[in-house]
Amino acid sequence: MYLDEYLYSKEHEWVHVEGETCVLGVTDFAQHQLGDVVFVELPEVGQTFEADDEIGSIESVKAVAELYTPVAGEVVETNEAVVDDPEVLNSDPHNNGWLIKMKIDAGADLSGLMSADQYKEFIDGEDA
Amino acid sequence: MSEQETSSATGHSQRPAIAWRNPPLLFELSREGRLGVELPPVGVAESALEELLPESVRRTDLAGLPEVSEVDVIRHFIRLSRRNYTPELSLYPLGSCTMKYNPRLNEEVVRLPGFANSHPLQPISTVQGNLELFWALEQALIQLTGLSRVSLSPAAGAQGEFVGMLMVRAALDKRGEGRRYVLIPDSAHGTNPASAAFAGYQVKELLSNEHGTLDLEDLERAMTEEVAALMLTVPNTLGVFEDQILEIARIVHSKGGLLYCDGANFNAFIGKVRPGDMGVDVLHMNLHKTFTTPHGGGGPGSGPVAVGEELVPFLPAPLVNSGADGFTLDFDRPDSIGRVRSFHGQFGMLVRALAYIVGMGGEGLAKIAENAVLNANYLRKGLEGSYHLPYTTPTLHEVVFTDKRQTASGVTTLDIAKRLMDYGFHPPTIYFPINVSGALMIEPTETAAKEDLDSFVEAMCSIAIEAEEAPELVQGAPYTTPVRRCDEALAARKPVLRWHPPEAADS
Amino acid sequence: MAKMPDPDRGFGHRYLPTGTEDRREMLEAIGAPSVEALFSTLPEEILLREPLPIEGPLSDQELRGYFGRLQAANQVAGRDLISFLGGGAYRHETPAAIDSVTTRSEYLTVYTPYQPEVSQGTLQTIFEFQTFISILTGLPVANASLYEGASAFAEAILMACRVQRKRSKIIVARSIHPHYRQTLATYATNLDLDVVEVGWDESGRVDLEALERELGSDTVCIALQSPNYFGVVEPWDRLSAPAKAAGALTIGVVTEALSLALLQSPGEGGCDIAVGDAHSFGLSVSFGGPLLGFMAVKDAFKRSIPGRLVGQTVDQDGQRAFVLTLATREQHIRREKATSNICTNQALCALAATVYLALHGPQGLADLAQLNLQRTASLRRRIGEFPGFSSRFSQPCFNEFAVRASSPAGGVIAQLEAAGILAGVPLGPDYPELEDTFLVAVTECNPPEELDRLVEELGAL
Repeated sequence: MYLDEYLYSKEHEWVHVEGETCVLGVTDFAQHQLGDVVFVELPEVGQTFEADDEIGSIESVKAVAELYTPVAGEVVETNEAVVDDPEVLNSDPHNNGWLIKMKIDAGADLSGLMSADQYKEFIDGEDA
Repeated sequence: MSEQETSSATGHSQRPAIAWRNPPLLFELSREGRLGVELPPVGVAESALEELLPESVRRTDLAGLPEVSEVDVIRHFIRLSRRNYTPELSLYPLGSCTMKYNPRLNEEVVRLPGFANSHPLQPISTVQGNLELFWALEQALIQLTGLSRVSLSPAAGAQGEFVGMLMVRAALDKRGEGRRYVLIPDSAHGTNPASAAFAGYQVKELLSNEHGTLDLEDLERAMTEEVAALMLTVPNTLGVFEDQILEIARIVHSKGGLLYCDGANFNAFIGKVRPGDMGVDVLHMNLHKTFTTPHGGGGPGSGPVAVGEELVPFLPAPLVNSGADGFTLDFDRPDSIGRVRSFHGQFGMLVRALAYIVGMGGEGLAKIAENAVLNANYLRKGLEGSYHLPYTTPTLHEVVFTDKRQTASGVTTLDIAKRLMDYGFHPPTIYFPINVSGALMIEPTETAAKEDLDSFVEAMCSIAIEAEEAPELVQGAPYTTPVRRCDEALAARKPVLRWHPPEAADS
Repeated sequence: MAKMPDPDRGFGHRYLPTGTEDRREMLEAIGAPSVEALFSTLPEEILLREPLPIEGPLSDQELRGYFGRLQAANQVAGRDLISFLGGGAYRHETPAAIDSVTTRSEYLTVYTPYQPEVSQGTLQTIFEFQTFISILTGLPVANASLYEGASAFAEAILMACRVQRKRSKIIVARSIHPHYRQTLATYATNLDLDVVEVGWDESGRVDLEALERELGSDTVCIALQSPNYFGVVEPWDRLSAPAKAAGALTIGVVTEALSLALLQSPGEGGCDIAVGDAHSFGLSVSFGGPLLGFMAVKDAFKRSIPGRLVGQTVDQDGQRAFVLTLATREQHIRREKATSNICTNQALCALAATVYLALHGPQGLADLAQLNLQRTASLRRRIGEFPGFSSRFSQPCFNEFAVRASSPAGGVIAQLEAAGILAGVPLGPDYPELEDTFLVAVTECNPPEELDRLVEELGAL
């Protein structure tokens, strides 16, 4: 479920770093908490963000979750398939449900993110 | 009864489908050439249309509007009405909504031609009856609130909150104090933070303590000279009265802040204590809650705002004054926050509210709170054996239970609410207040009769037993309603917000 | 044998079904010694010991007498006076079918349809209302209604600011209803909006040159009303085209909704948002409230529109059903981040409008609009023939027009009032430069005899 090659944030985002870029999405735990996702609002390609900036939102029928980027950088691609069919976020959050691709800032610091094992421990704590 | 039982041996159903139970949309009823009105003749020498309005400013068509007769229209809306539950059947115990009986006499008086046909821009000499009515209602609300003056202008509770917070801001500006924050407890209605933000304030949330009330030490810490006001609902949405209200007011005032009271729950203490005596500086009331103006399926509401002396100069214009020459409208209010709507407020609602107030009288009004609180406590007693009560503090007009005892078998608050419909009740408010997980917020009001309270308790207790013995039955509810559980995710993912003609739907 | 009634009625009242016997049994079940004991959390020192000095309880008979006297103290059109007042509140005939529907308890006393399974009646009627407003405004998404036109207008401006976040300037025509502009000013008090107003040209339409001078890359939106406050019909596209070219939105305001039956719709005319008041569809003027605010927007803005929305879906058996939807915009979920603090709408008024529009249909609406247009044009022509009076503006009108007198309008109006005619709304108080001008509105509620009376009395001045 929680892939070892991904990094995870306390806001329940996952980050998959591939060289100078990364792919970002929300975790299975997060989609479960939200319930049926009905709308996804993503940033525009070309926008730049600092780490922990709000970059969009995810809406379920009766809740809204703000989306934060744990990584500083520039948006290079957004997943329009998720915007068109938000259900993907519920059914496949870690692959087809990816949200944005970013070009990572040179000085970006990823050391605050968790490994898969750390994240599993983290959400066990949240559940209790 | 199952389908098989309804069928006779011949294979014919005892209960055939009734077509009118599932009414199409008005637009689907349309048949060319049907008409539902008879208009008078024009009666004057007519000009060619083109002469009066060039084609460039005229619309091309009214395609899609239905062609139906008056008979079709009445049938349509009567058929649809049978798909609504109504408070006149039995309990409609939506917490914090005060779904009480709406006197039918009020509907009669509001339709009197002298009220219904009065135009808002008439010279005031021709609307003295209306102004006297404003005056009488304001005087009654001053008595009930213990405050100095009342604006009847706000269109609804939320607009009353906005007006209240604008006045707070204007008063502090006048003092030369630019305060930035408003304190709001976590149990507050969502309109409170939204209204404060609309008035340009940043919201700081206060957490409730284990009694469901404000923690005075927290308040002391949070209440700085940067804080403009505390917005407090009394009693709060748990039905708990802030027993330290006098101390709360002292703390807020000691730092120069103002105390805003959300009067959504005024019904719980009307005629028992007055907000003005509690130290409240500004209060909005919901006439559609405490003062029986009909909820109308979600409006029109009406949200008068009462204020103490310091805020009087800032009330929206106009106010009604009484003088030797009769009643006047006072527009000359230089410090007023201004206008928040057209004309003078929800006049029709004001007529009904005054009719209710004088229909009850001072003595009767004090009985409202007594009966509302008696009914809520009677329900609480009846339900506490079957449902989890998160706060055991004494409650007034409403009580909040949760689904904690039922979740073990997989039954949630939503399931309990839906199952109540099969027992012939409207569900209570659910999942609110947000500081209580799985909340069932129940407000019977003073107009619920004991026998209806008894049958509601019986139904809730039966559902608690079903939740243990047959959870899937509760989870599948409702079974007997015009429609069953609806796909809300589909509605939000692919919004269909109007009817489209068939051919347009294809494209 | 029945007991004789107790002279001390104790707990009884016609609106309170709890008798003394009920009270005793309930207290016993609760285990409380008295009702007072249930109020133990109220501070002792401020408890009221006596009932407040409020009149009543009045019997039905007394109450009818009291309100009968109050309403009789008013002088109203159709009973005591002839009235040509409009100015944002238009008198129209209301078919009897409307009250017969709206006083049914299934519509009258229910609340917001949070529970769709037992609220399909209300939900479907709102969906029908949204469809009517969408058709009439020519815009695809209409909400479930707003309080009334002026606050709806302010909400429309705030919405435009939300969708055009990087821009700051708002251009508003001065020929929009004064109350609407005053309400916007109040709403904008603490929001740091840059609102500029543009005037009108000789013909009564928005001064296009002035507007084009103000319009720029920082413009959020322009707002205009048609027919405007002076009754003049504004072609929407005359202003929406330059606005669009500058990347600004166009907000079309309508205070006389019946005009939509005849005039180019805001959507057709390039408006991005249509907003206003639809009380003309079946509500009495009722001293200006309750009225019926409406808003319709382009599809792209459906998640930014304030107020409630009803959407179509299916239930678990696949039947068509209606639910409140896109609720995440609203205050009960987003709290301080909501699109608006609005909670209620004007559902019962929207129901009245839905019944009204159904009864009229395309033919009835078009005929009624033409009736208003013809009677108004006839009166405008006749008044223009008097030496002391002229039509203030040359452009076409719908059912209201501005009359210029040779002396201050207030005096003319007062003289006619003495003759039992409310001739119109003076413009001077809101527009000092139009001190000599007043507005005259004519609807189907003004039969030809009333037009003759006004002409006669004006002639006698």
